[in-house]
Amino acid sequence: METVKLLKSGEFLVAETSPDDVFIPEEFNDEQRMIAQTCQDFLEAEVYPNMADLEKGDRELMKRILKKSGELGMMGISIPEEFGGFGQSFVSQMLVAETTGAGYSFSVAYMAHCGIGTLPIMYYGNKDQRERYVTKLATGELIGSYCLTEPGAGSDANSGKTNAKLSEDGKYYILNGQKMWITNAGFADTQVVFAKIDNDRVMSAFIVERNFTGVVVGNDEHKMGIRGSSTAQIYYNDVKVPVENLLGKRGEGFRIALSILHMGRLKLGANVVGAAKKAVTDSVKYANERKQFGVLISSFGAIKHKLASQVIRLFASESAVYRVSRDIDGMMETLKADCGDTGRASIEAISHYAVEAAILKVFGSEMLDFVADEAVQIHGGMGYSAEMDVERGYRDSRINRIFEGTNEINRLLVVDTAMKRAMKGEFDLFGKAEALFNDLDKITGGESSGESYFIEKSRYIQNFKKVIMICIHGAVKQFAKNLINEQEVLNNIADMMMETYVSESLLLRVTKLENLKEIKPVYRDILDVNVYDTAEIVRKSACDAIYSFASPETTTSLIKAIEALTTVRGVNVKDARRRIADKLIEDNRYGF
Amino acid sequence: MKILVCISNVPDTTTKIKLAEGNSTIDTAGIQWVINPWDELSLTRALELRDDAASGIKSVTVAHVGPASSEPVIRKALAIGADEAIRVNANSPDAYYVAAQLAEVIKKEQFDIILCGIESSDYNGSLVGGMISEFLGIPSASGVSGIKIENGTAVVTRDIDGGKEILEMPVPFVAVVQKGIAKEPKIAAMRGIMLARTKQIKVYEPSAVEPLTNISVLEKPAPRSACRFIDAENPGQLIDLLRNEAKVI
Repeated sequence: METVKLLKSGEFLVAETSPDDVFIPEEFNDEQRMIAQTCQDFLEAEVYPNMADLEKGDRELMKRILKKSGELGMMGISIPEEFGGFGQSFVSQMLVAETTGAGYSFSVAYMAHCGIGTLPIMYYGNKDQRERYVTKLATGELIGSYCLTEPGAGSDANSGKTNAKLSEDGKYYILNGQKMWITNAGFADTQVVFAKIDNDRVMSAFIVERNFTGVVVGNDEHKMGIRGSSTAQIYYNDVKVPVENLLGKRGEGFRIALSILHMGRLKLGANVVGAAKKAVTDSVKYANERKQFGVLISSFGAIKHKLASQVIRLFASESAVYRVSRDIDGMMETLKADCGDTGRASIEAISHYAVEAAILKVFGSEMLDFVADEAVQIHGGMGYSAEMDVERGYRDSRINRIFEGTNEINRLLVVDTAMKRAMKGEFDLFGKAEALFNDLDKITGGESSGESYFIEKSRYIQNFKKVIMICIHGAVKQFAKNLINEQEVLNNIADMMMETYVSESLLLRVTKLENLKEIKPVYRDILDVNVYDTAEIVRKSACDAIYSFASPETTTSLIKAIEALTTVRGVNVKDARRRIADKLIEDNRYGF
Repeated sequence: MKILVCISNVPDTTTKIKLAEGNSTIDTAGIQWVINPWDELSLTRALELRDDAASGIKSVTVAHVGPASSEPVIRKALAIGADEAIRVNANSPDAYYVAAQLAEVIKKEQFDIILCGIESSDYNGSLVGGMISEFLGIPSASGVSGIKIENGTAVVTRDIDGGKEILEMPVPFVAVVQKGIAKEPKIAAMRGIMLARTKQIKVYEPSAVEPLTNISVLEKPAPRSACRFIDAENPGQLIDLLRNEAKVI
């Protein structure tokens, strides 16, 4: 496969990447480390000591803590300096998202403000709107929120009923409708509200202030988790929104909503890494204190298996997060040179990586669910006690699979978006897929004698990509335009794409670490177990898909090809996991 | 008036210390270095005084004896808000050597108030502050838990057995500072972090001073033996164990 320096979204399916062209977390500079440390110090000084009161739903306390984070500058990371922020790179933005991700419900309130509450105005607002709102949102003087979902419009966001009509004097839009599941609703000063003007087919976006007459905020919802964050319904009863507060152009709302969701998904991918690191550290600390049968439970193989499995998924997920981030920074630089507007360049670059955004969101949220679940299990009975952080972490984790687009919607997006990009000619997916499909009988695993450790691992990854291409071609051939209705098959393909992208990111990270002489044997152990597991997931997903679409005549040759392409060298996963766990146990915290 | 805060870099307090080969130094691989917690509190209080216009404190400088690899910790102090930084380009073999180097810096740069943490959380020597005052022939106060400026005069509070002692200190002087000097260490604000990159760290080569001591060996504490529970109904067993096994009675 061809090696590409700056991958387009979805292009990883047909191209290779050099380790030199990825960013890995071990390359953070001193300034980035200090930024992360400030976020960590803030959590320890202001958030954790107040967690119990926040969980009781103290809205004023959450607002005060949010404003304090604004005073420290934590809300201005993504905002250019001319609008009161610090104009940091996307890699740095993701590092902040990761670090604050360990802040339980504060993290949700903070990310809603900094992301979906602020960035639509930064990215799509005019100069006047940016000066009136963004400069104050960047410092915490104002707290923001984002109002898209309605009782009848969740995943199908454009079906909302909220309506806006221009007033007779042409000075206002009269807004009527209802929004729900609005994070920060209880105290947000500004709301980015989506509504259809007159009988438009698509939505427009408006900046609404909380104190506009006719805005009514409901009581906070009683939720399974993230109880410290305010989540409520907001009602709009003949609210007069000045025409100057139309965000972007009329009818641009749906595009804004989708673009901001891509950004939210990427940031969520980083957020869950931070939450998972906290859960792993809690797990190993407990395992290193709790004794049963006279010994620490961290010495048991079953517990080591759990600890190592947490680390492997987390480390792999983190590798993908920063790989995409660097690609987005690269794309931003290119686009900024073209259009000259930092805000627009940023959102165009973020929106471009829609495939990877959905991958980070789904893989990351399911990674955290796994890690949080095992954290409870390692704690045994104590894990079920509301006194423990892991109990809260378990409940808080669950929402990540639901918001920013459910994982079901996002799985479909992974495949659909990649195929659309390929159809637009951004990369050659279908030609390569057809060539593979037509030569099924010649497919082998491609093993060559004397191949090095990393060449072998890279071959496996490229083989997984071939499996994906074969399945895409077979499914398209069988279902044509009806493929969109074969969601189970699309899910199979999405799972393969996600696992392969993450495994490749991990391979690139470990290769680069060795190139940088940062050699720790456990990195190879992590890679070994991950690739071994990915091969199995790819094989199963491919077989599930093939048995769902292939004719009896082609099934045998397809399955034979899949078996050849997913066969990997056996690994002593027990010993590898034990070595990974031993390092975690020795460090007594997540320090990979 | 100008304040100097002497800072040392120490392993993060959660670090599991490993000894390097030869057992006379620690293995620094993988250690995350931080500002010594007592020094960080000193810096916080110094910045509070500087930011109070009535105090007459015009600037806060930090000084550190260490190689270039310790600069991230100095940069952190600048991000927290120090105006200037000085690094003496040398390793720090013992407290005498460090104090001598810092005294030379103070002679060159002239400060009114010199703050030192009461100890460093790695070697816990509690020596440097007192030695600096001796080298410079200026007063010092130890165990300082409060410092303020009243009508241009420095007033320090010392914790003493059963109470407090309040002293007026003529400048220049050294205050050896303990916890209580500031509520919580100041968190570096994002603007401070961005500004820190524009601030210069002044580097001095070390003066010719010989350390007075040499670490021959470091030993880790012996592992604690397991806790044993004796049935409250059986005091005889307890006495027997204390007498014959622990040999403490």
